This record gives sequence, structure tokens and C-alpha cells, in this order.
Amino acid sequence: MASGVKPRVKVPKSASAGDVITIKTLISHKMESGQRKDDDGNVIPRSIINRFTVDFNGQNVIDVTLEPAISTNPYFEFDSQVPEAGEFTFTWYDDDGDVYTETKAIAIG
Amino acid sequence: MKRASSLAFGLACLASAVHAQDTESKLVINDDIDITTVAEAPAHAENLSEIYSGWAFRSPETMALQMDDFDNPGMIFVDQALDAYNTVEGSAGKSCQSCHGDDAEGLVGARAVYPKWNANAGEVWTMEMAINGCRTERMGAEPWGYTSGNMVNMTALISSVSRGMPVNVSFEGPEHDTWLQGKELYYTRTGQLELSCANCHEDNYDMMIRADHLSQGQINGFPTYRLKNAKLNAVHSRFKGCIRDTRAETYSPGSPEFVALELYVASRGNGLSVEGPSVRN
Amino acid sequence: MQLTRRQTLLMGAAAGFLATLPLKARATAEDLIADFAGGADIGEGGIDLTAPEIAENGNTVPISVDAPGATAIMVLAMGNPTPAVCTFKFGPLAGSQSASTRIRLAGTQDVIALAKMGDGSVVQTSATVKVTIGGCGG
Repeated sequence: MASGVKPRVKVPKSASAGDVITIKTLISHKMESGQRKDDDGNVIPRSIINRFTVDFNGQNVIDVTLEPAISTNPYFEFDSQVPEAGEFTFTWYDDDGDVYTETKAIAIG
Repeated sequence: MKRASSLAFGLACLASAVHAQDTESKLVINDDIDITTVAEAPAHAENLSEIYSGWAFRSPETMALQMDDFDNPGMIFVDQALDAYNTVEGSAGKSCQSCHGDDAEGLVGARAVYPKWNANAGEVWTMEMAINGCRTERMGAEPWGYTSGNMVNMTALISSVSRGMPVNVSFEGPEHDTWLQGKELYYTRTGQLELSCANCHEDNYDMMIRADHLSQGQINGFPTYRLKNAKLNAVHSRFKGCIRDTRAETYSPGSPEFVALELYVASRGNGLSVEGPSVRN
Repeated sequence: MQLTRRQTLLMGAAAGFLATLPLKARATAEDLIADFAGGADIGEGGIDLTAPEIAENGNTVPISVDAPGATAIMVLAMGNPTPAVCTFKFGPLAGSQSASTRIRLAGTQDVIALAKMGDGSVVQTSATVKVTIGGCGG
């Protein structure tokens, strides 16, 4: 699944120190559940993103465990504190060992 | 006998109108782009008084997915298309960007007028045919499959930059014969169920077909991200699905029949906004 | 262990609820709930689960959970072949103990959300989602 995986992340460009902001994330991934069968009746092996984490300047915001019941192209929306200027790091962990990361800076102003 | 069986089918499928299409809610994308989802029917859609985007027939949760580009999963594929748009391919050493500018700015408005008569080719071209025309004639690249991932993604990008503009497809010029052919197809019953496009989408829109709220079959929102298969769907794929569901052998995506049908169906939506990539069930 | 009348009623209600689940899912859901609760009694209140009453397609059902003061929220779909859906753990910089996502539901069923609070207590809520069958093609 390493090819064609594309994260989208929405973070405001700036905030006031101490603000709570809403973050939205979406990543393209088929999230093969392991429950489906191919045309020959063989089970299609599970292949999903199993974990998603968000950190800000090294401190954790949210850590999500994903199961096969999460829809194709996983979407998350959540809130984060912004104590100072810095950088968000978004990390998606694939069953196949691939790790996808995206970073977004936020300014105080 | 024919009449009796189609009546029974009608009763089974269209038992009740549970809820009317939503003509009150307004679709504004990103708090910025106003989308016309209800309009007066154009004169050539002679059996309709008002036209409605498919958006108005969906549940509040599905409608909400289209109001913000970060909620709309179809926009992932617009991003992917933008990468392809900026990639140089083919013997001419060009990308889409080389001619059409950054972020498809040179293509603003194109979606609203396609399918469109192409004088050089002497036929009506869909957006897909125009894209492949660019690829083979100007870029010297291989054409894309008509409903391939690359192709449907690119049509989503080109549509996205025209969102909010009124669909305004021409049908009275040199393309008129093709339009008439499309109109004939629209009203032709096909398959073991003997259903035409009009039987569902003109005669019975707003009724329930099993648990699904039948729309007018407008195509201003294509390509559309379907919750069902979690990907972008091209309009010819939708035509194929509908005709297959009448239990008929279908035409192929990209066939002259589907090009004609697309021109006719698009023209029935003149006045609605370009909406793609939309989100549907 | 002394039980209040309220706790006893709740346990009875929970047992009755679990008894209605299909056998296959029950064992796993019970295990997941027991693991998550870590021995704490399961209460009510303080957790919201927002889900559509009717989902147009079971493949993509939007849900939100919100439990102020929670350290973690687990979501289960009791009618799925495997009931686990996701678990949110909130870090020190979480701006709220709430999150939204989109989930797959194999059919009409109950979705339940459990929150583990900062004091170790656990609360639960549930919502029934009807999954409809589409038009011609389903």
C-alpha cells in the first residue's frame, strides 16, 4: 500500500497561545478488512492502518488504535491545545510496516 | 402482460415517498462557494418544472460531507490528480501545467460546458476525451483508460476548479444530432425490467426505491465519491450501473451512445452548479 | 463487594443487553469490554455518542464521541464480524476528550462507546444505527 497513500491535514496557520484548535485528517488507504473474499473465494488478507498518532512539539495529543471497522480513507477530527508556536507531527502506521508522516507548523499571533 | 408486470414492479419499488427532496438546505462549500442545488428546469427538460442536484436527496450526514473539502473524501483524489497534473509525461516534454497553468487555473469553466462539440474531430467530446486528446496530441503520452483512476481523478480536479459555476452545455449547434440521440436513449426502455432512465429519474424521482431516495439523476456532481465503494465514480460508470440494473447488456464507458447520453443528461442540468467531486451514498 | 440498588439494576440491564447479541460477537465484545474496564464497574452518564439513526450506507457511517475528563474512549460495533472499531487515547495536549471518525457497520446494530475517566471509573453509552439497503444495486 506504500504507493498512492496521500495524507491531508487541516490545521489553522496560527492561533493564540493556549487556544484549543480543531484538526481534521484524511488519508487515502483501502483499509482491506480481512473479511472480504476474492472472485475465487479466497480471503483477501487484512491490510489496514492500525495506529494514528498526533504529537505537538514532542507531546502527545491523541493516539488512536484502528481496527478493520474504520472506513476506507480513514478520517479523524479532534481538538488540540496550542501552548506555544511549534509543529504538529501526524503519523499513520500501516500493517505492512510502512509509516506515513506529515508535519504542520502553527504560529502564535 | 407487459403493463401488468411493470405496474407490479412499480408498486414494489416505489411504495411510498417518505421524504421530499431537501429544497431548504443550502450547500456552501468551505463557507465560500455557493452551490445552486435547486433551479427552474430549462425549457428543453420539458417534463420537469424544477431541477435538483442529487445532493438534495441525501441524508443530512451525507450532505454535510460535501460542505468542507477536508470532510469530502473525494478531495484526496483531487490532490493526487494535481500531482499528475504537474508531472511531465510523453515525448513533447510537457505536463498539463505547461499549458493550463498552476492549479488548473486555465481550466476554470471547462467542466461547465462539457460535453462539447469539437470542430477538429467533428464530434462531441466529453471531458475524458479532451484529456486524452491533450495526452496523445499535445503531450505525446499514452492515453488513459476511460474510467481509470488517473482519468477520474483528473476529471475531479478539473471539476473542482469550476465548482459553483452554472452548468451550461450547448445542444442547439452542431452537437444537436448527438443530443437528440442521447434524448432517445434517455427515453428508451432497456433490459428485462424494461426501464428507461426517465421511468426512475423523471417519472418517479423523490420516491423510495427500496431504502434509497430516488434522485433526478442529474450529473452536475460528477465525478462523485460514493460511500458505497469509497472511491470516485465517473458518470459513464454510473450509466453502466443503471443500465445493468435494468438487466440489460450495457454500452461501454466512452462509447458514442454514452457520450450522447451524457450530453443530453448534462443539458437537463443547465442552471445547477458544477459540484464535483460530490459525495453520494 | 457491596452493590447499590442502582448498580445492580445497571448490571442487570447490561447483562440483558449482552444476552441479545449473537454468540460469536459476544465473547469478543465481552473480552474487549473487560480488558478496557480493567475490573471497574461500568456506569452511565458523562459520555456522548453521536451516530445517525439511519445510515445511507454501512460502509461509511460518521460517528462522534465526547467524554469530558476521559483518558481513553473505545468504540465497539456489536453486530460486526469483529466488534472492535477503534480506541482513542487522549494525550496531555488533547484540546477535548472528543473525536469524530467514519466506521463500517455490517448491518443494523448497536454501536457502543466506553470511556475510561481520569479517576479510573468507566462509563458506557450506546446508539442503534439502522443500515439501509440501497436502490437497484444495493
